Amino acid sequence: MSENSIALIFVFPLFGAVLCALVGRKSRNLCHPIAVASLAGALWGGIETLRRVIASETNEVSYYFGGWNADAYPRGVGIEFRADYLGALIMLVVVGVAFLVAIYSKLPVAEETPEKEGPFYTLFLLQVTGLAGICLTGDAFNLYVLIEVAALTGYGLIAMGSARAAAATFNYVILGTIGASFYLLGVGYVYMKTGTLNMVGIQEVITANGLADSAAMQVAFVFICLGVLIKMAFFPFHAWLPNAYFHAPTATSSLLAPLVTKVMIYVMIRMTLTVFGVDFSFENTLWTEVIPWLVVIAIVCAATMALAQRDVKKMLTYLIVAEVGYMVGGIWVYNYYGFIGSIFHIISDACMTLCLFLGVGIILRKRRTTHFDGLRGLFRKMPFTMGGFFVGGFSIIGLPPTCGFFSKWYLITGGMLAERWEYMVALMFSTMVMVVLFFRLIERIHLAVTESGENIGHGHGDLALPESETFFDEAHWTMLVPLLLSASVVLVIGIFNQDIVNLIQDFLEPFDLPKGTGR
Amino acid sequence: MFGEDGLLNELLVERFNYCVYVVLLLIGLYAMIAKNNLIKKLIGMSIFQTAIILFYVSIGVKEGGTIPIYVAEHDPHGHHAEHQAHPEEANATEETEENATTATTLHEEDHGHHGPRSLTDEETSDYANPLPHVLMLTAIVVGVATLGVALALTQRIYRAYGTIEEDAVLAAILAEDASTVIPDVLATKPKRTSSKSRKAKKA
Repeated sequence: MSENSIALIFVFPLFGAVLCALVGRKSRNLCHPIAVASLAGALWGGIETLRRVIASETNEVSYYFGGWNADAYPRGVGIEFRADYLGALIMLVVVGVAFLVAIYSKLPVAEETPEKEGPFYTLFLLQVTGLAGICLTGDAFNLYVLIEVAALTGYGLIAMGSARAAAATFNYVILGTIGASFYLLGVGYVYMKTGTLNMVGIQEVITANGLADSAAMQVAFVFICLGVLIKMAFFPFHAWLPNAYFHAPTATSSLLAPLVTKVMIYVMIRMTLTVFGVDFSFENTLWTEVIPWLVVIAIVCAATMALAQRDVKKMLTYLIVAEVGYMVGGIWVYNYYGFIGSIFHIISDACMTLCLFLGVGIILRKRRTTHFDGLRGLFRKMPFTMGGFFVGGFSIIGLPPTCGFFSKWYLITGGMLAERWEYMVALMFSTMVMVVLFFRLIERIHLAVTESGENIGHGHGDLALPESETFFDEAHWTMLVPLLLSASVVLVIGIFNQDIVNLIQDFLEPFDLPKGTGR
Repeated sequence: MFGEDGLLNELLVERFNYCVYVVLLLIGLYAMIAKNNLIKKLIGMSIFQTAIILFYVSIGVKEGGTIPIYVAEHDPHGHHAEHQAHPEEANATEETEENATTATTLHEEDHGHHGPRSLTDEETSDYANPLPHVLMLTAIVVGVATLGVALALTQRIYRAYGTIEEDAVLAAILAEDASTVIPDVLATKPKRTSSKSRKAKKA
């Protein structure tokens, strides 16, 4: 079983999805247990894969679907799935997040999309298959197919919400297709020049034939990066994200918000480091000069837009756009510590975004709104939910010992050593904005102050609320337990950050990245 | 410019497919971004995807090329006669030169071996590379699926807003937003009338 662990990550959700589609019509209640069970299987496969990667001498494990293995056939024949530290870690995050969301989704799915459990969990499991596949595939064209699998199921999951969600999804379809098509076009140019689609094979041909100066390869690089930037909602291309995630059903936004953008950042790291190679990607000075400035604009604009929102869920969607800026910046400051920060931030941002969206989902279910005006007195009613929610919030701000502190620490270190002061300033600015955002929320959730600043209690905020408004009304356990688990994961990753950073360092060591300024 | 090696000659004769693909790509992109009608946007999306398919298919084209199936009797060079005893050799596709040589050497050493064998460069010189075309089969499937999802969404938007003009949909959405009242949560349950009345008194 163990040597097939990579295949098991896909087999469980894929067949789970088929099963959900089959039984979904007759017995809707079976779909949720099937989804949870198949994701538990996938999680086991994921942990087993990471264990094998750590145990292996080369720190990577390959798996060939259909038995086209490398011993009998040359590289590039057949599709290789390769797990190294980077891919295995991100894959584990994907499957873990999906597992928690699957448990959480029982009530929201039954209430928000009644009688659609079958289609919902089918798409949900296919989405996870696609996202986990993106993290492990070693084939550039296969990556495109998996991006589209994840995108198509994502469209369906979002559009299951209100009519507003359908309208928002339409924009997502258009922009998502442009992004994926640009990626496909780039892969075409790569294939033209190198004659292989295997990621390691491409890298070998580039070094062997000295293709770094080739115009076609430069075009390919631009198309691929542009496509990936559109898919990850980098600032000028972010227009599809806030509306799509805001109007999506709770379970959908809890799954997509932590994962989709992060997985696309993984693709960018994979492309720049493994496929095109450090020399090709970063010695081209134009990108390393220009992108950090675009990142600054992205972070500042997204943070400012988040500040302007009057709705928690909408505010969080803009925070995702700002966080994308952090990670893209960590890559393009071109520094060893920036890369550690970027990779670690993918992991920690997925966990803390999950935490926040699970919390928001509970607020939405209890209060029927996530508008700021609907938050009064929530802490007295749901102390555990709000506690979990604010662990996520503190992590976004970057307070120790949450994981957000450590990833931001590495990002800022990277920016400082690379002497990209503008990036550091943008990070600091964004941190300030997030302090304002979350302490404003704390104030609203704890105190009973109305919009005009009028205190409707007896003068001491929450404590002074009348008894009738502070009765204990905690969330259902299927929703509360995933939230508390994700909050504890945020803390655990923060406390044991050194172990994860060690793995990331082992991954980055062979690439010989500059530890000071690379310019 | 118009000569044998001129730019125009290169663009219109040698690289004609690539020029067409760029033009189609831009038409599709323009329609997706600038058109107001949702169906026209989707037509643009289809043109955009078709342009990429044309690009890939152009990569794989070879003048006088044939499908990569081993056909001994149609052999134009007569090189294959010696291998006729091994029809399963047809399995192999183009490989790197090194692999091809090793495989041929192995083959010559062991004539009883019936496994797949790499053909030499000379043997495969007439074959068109099938891979780009096969990749495009997948891309076409993806394109059809995307178009299907997008059409379903358009239908849903039309049912909800009665129009498929983007600005009309946006106007309807703005009107909807303006009329939405944020419920006063402290006044949603009958229990809480006390606070409401207190508020009213203060006001």
